[in-house]
Amino acid sequence: MTIEVNTPTLSPLSTDARSLRPLLEWLARRAEPVAISLGAFLAGLALFSIFILVVGKSPADLFKLMFTGGFGSWFSIQNSLSRAAPLLLTALCVALPARLGLVIIGGEGAVVLGGVAAAAIALPLTASVSPIVVLPLMAIAGMIVGGIWIGIAGVLRHYRGVNETIASLLLAYIAIALMNHLIEGPLRDPASLNKPSTAPLPAEYMLGNIPGMDVNWGLVIGITACIISYTLIEATSFGFAARIAGGNVRAAQIQGLPVGRLIVGFTALAGGFAGLAGMVEVAAVQGSANASLAAGYGYSGILVAFLARHNPLAIVPVAILLGGIDASGGLIQRRMGLPDATVLVLQGTLFVVILFCETLYGRFKIFNPDLWKSPSLSGRPNPSERTA
Amino acid sequence: MDEAGIGIWGVPLAIFAGAIRVSTPFIFVSLGESITERSGRINLGLEGTLVFGAMTAYAIAVMSNSPWLGVFAAMATGAVFGLIHGFICKFPKVNDIAIGIAMMQFGLGLAFFLGKPFIQPVAPHLPSIPLGGWSDLPQIQSALNINVLFIIGGLLSVMLWWAFKNTRVGLVLRVVGDSSDAARAMGLNPDSVRLLATAVGGSLAAVGGAYLSLFYPGSWNEGISSGQGLMAVALVIFARWNPIGCFLAALLFGGAGALGPALQSVGVTQGYYLFYAAPYVLTLVILVATSSPTRSLAGAPGALSITK
Repeated sequence: MTIEVNTPTLSPLSTDARSLRPLLEWLARRAEPVAISLGAFLAGLALFSIFILVVGKSPADLFKLMFTGGFGSWFSIQNSLSRAAPLLLTALCVALPARLGLVIIGGEGAVVLGGVAAAAIALPLTASVSPIVVLPLMAIAGMIVGGIWIGIAGVLRHYRGVNETIASLLLAYIAIALMNHLIEGPLRDPASLNKPSTAPLPAEYMLGNIPGMDVNWGLVIGITACIISYTLIEATSFGFAARIAGGNVRAAQIQGLPVGRLIVGFTALAGGFAGLAGMVEVAAVQGSANASLAAGYGYSGILVAFLARHNPLAIVPVAILLGGIDASGGLIQRRMGLPDATVLVLQGTLFVVILFCETLYGRFKIFNPDLWKSPSLSGRPNPSERTA
Repeated sequence: MDEAGIGIWGVPLAIFAGAIRVSTPFIFVSLGESITERSGRINLGLEGTLVFGAMTAYAIAVMSNSPWLGVFAAMATGAVFGLIHGFICKFPKVNDIAIGIAMMQFGLGLAFFLGKPFIQPVAPHLPSIPLGGWSDLPQIQSALNINVLFIIGGLLSVMLWWAFKNTRVGLVLRVVGDSSDAARAMGLNPDSVRLLATAVGGSLAAVGGAYLSLFYPGSWNEGISSGQGLMAVALVIFARWNPIGCFLAALLFGGAGALGPALQSVGVTQGYYLFYAAPYVLTLVILVATSSPTRSLAGAPGALSITK
């Protein structure tokens, strides 16, 4: 792997270099995730190229076509952005609890129940109440139900010691069964014959598109949620406490931090975002709650969050990239005669390689100012000197 | 005797038949997962392994006209998936849960990619043993038409239960699963043991997939699995990492899945979908009842990240 960062050979510190040192240290620490992620991404592409060569096609043609299909035109960019929108919210459902050291994989359950709740609250109101009131109510309903659903996993984790990964997975299956029960039974529109659904929302109660684009408001909602989450984690005392608890629960408890409230709060907020994704899916895409809500956004969100290393701002580009790869599937199928699953193979390869490369963190001296030849300004002891 | 003659007895019979038919993939996937988890690692990617196994078994069966060759080929590919997972998880800072989900995506993608040409052709099915010959009722005959893999799965679970307790391999597996340090002190290499355990787990999961494509429903398409591979994780916890428990839990999960259709056939349509949730609710209730914030689950391998 080649990493292009200035080699810090600053042993005899000149005054000039001394003043540069903090900048270099800052750069080195920031460069590590970017360089490793990019390197892993390229390695994944290389592996995938070998696969494409083996099946007898040209990787260069494929990548060119992928770029065209994902980002080559205004039309394809809009397509990619539309596909990225739900992933932003479902990725947050994984990334927020992950900052506390919790692995939540059941976001799918919050998505489907959030969507059902949004439809359930909107339908009785559409006759009399204005959309300006109904749409926010739908969002709130989706967030509350989604929040409760994943919040249960948090409560069980903290107060009963139940593993949150398994609990959230079980809850997701229960949620899908509940959704099927509701849309087949109490909430079913008798007019939906082949595909059981709730009654459709009237057009004026739909969320609509961002002006000038063929992309619905879900994208704006998703990006806003990412920014809010980033601010919450990085700039508030609540987020600071969460980061401490994520690093070491015992230390946080000894410090008197409200670990229980943090866990429940973060899981509930995470579920709220996933529920919001369900509401957007109902209000902007489907127009009613039906089985299409369980389209796997919750599971794709897990990978987006891990690839973004649970950084809410990094989720935005990762989700858009995945949306682009996803969007190019049809074009590849038509132009190269490859199955549409080609993009799934690429995604899978990239995920495995990028997650594998997690092991590289801390292995490159160049990114670790503590290991540089001259003592670090951060005052930490220099391990290479200690052994000397 | 006519169709109606069996009356209300059709419900338990349908549940019984459904349990046996539906549970076989659960049996193999959960036995595989229990071996992997007993070694202290969790493989969430068995869904991908299962679907890839289903595709491989079907493709090989179509090409060679031998369903058993298909099963063995599926086992080989499952082992390869397990080896990849086990190899990657050997490295520090790698999250086995995340790798599992990535491997699931990879396995699904690859199976759909390579399986495209095999959606049309028809493969030979795995044989089944007609144990219902004593009865004149066609319902009973079809219910007791039991597939060989189901019987193998049942025997395998007893064998594994015995082997965990009484063989050297079983003890090594359990030591590694309970404490990496203790294993190292005994001169065992925990990573190698887990690598092999994940490979064996993967090959068993692939057999579950082969059952899906070669017996019931008995065709290959992209929607062949309804999440059996993912559920395996819940099932193994439900069964307390006990292979015989896995067998019984798989029957229970299969039976609960068959409850809805069986009741519908006699006219009960209320709550049809809620019955699908029954096994998950039960697992969750058992988890809540037996967990405690201060100690890990009874029977759980000590080194397993997911129960801490």
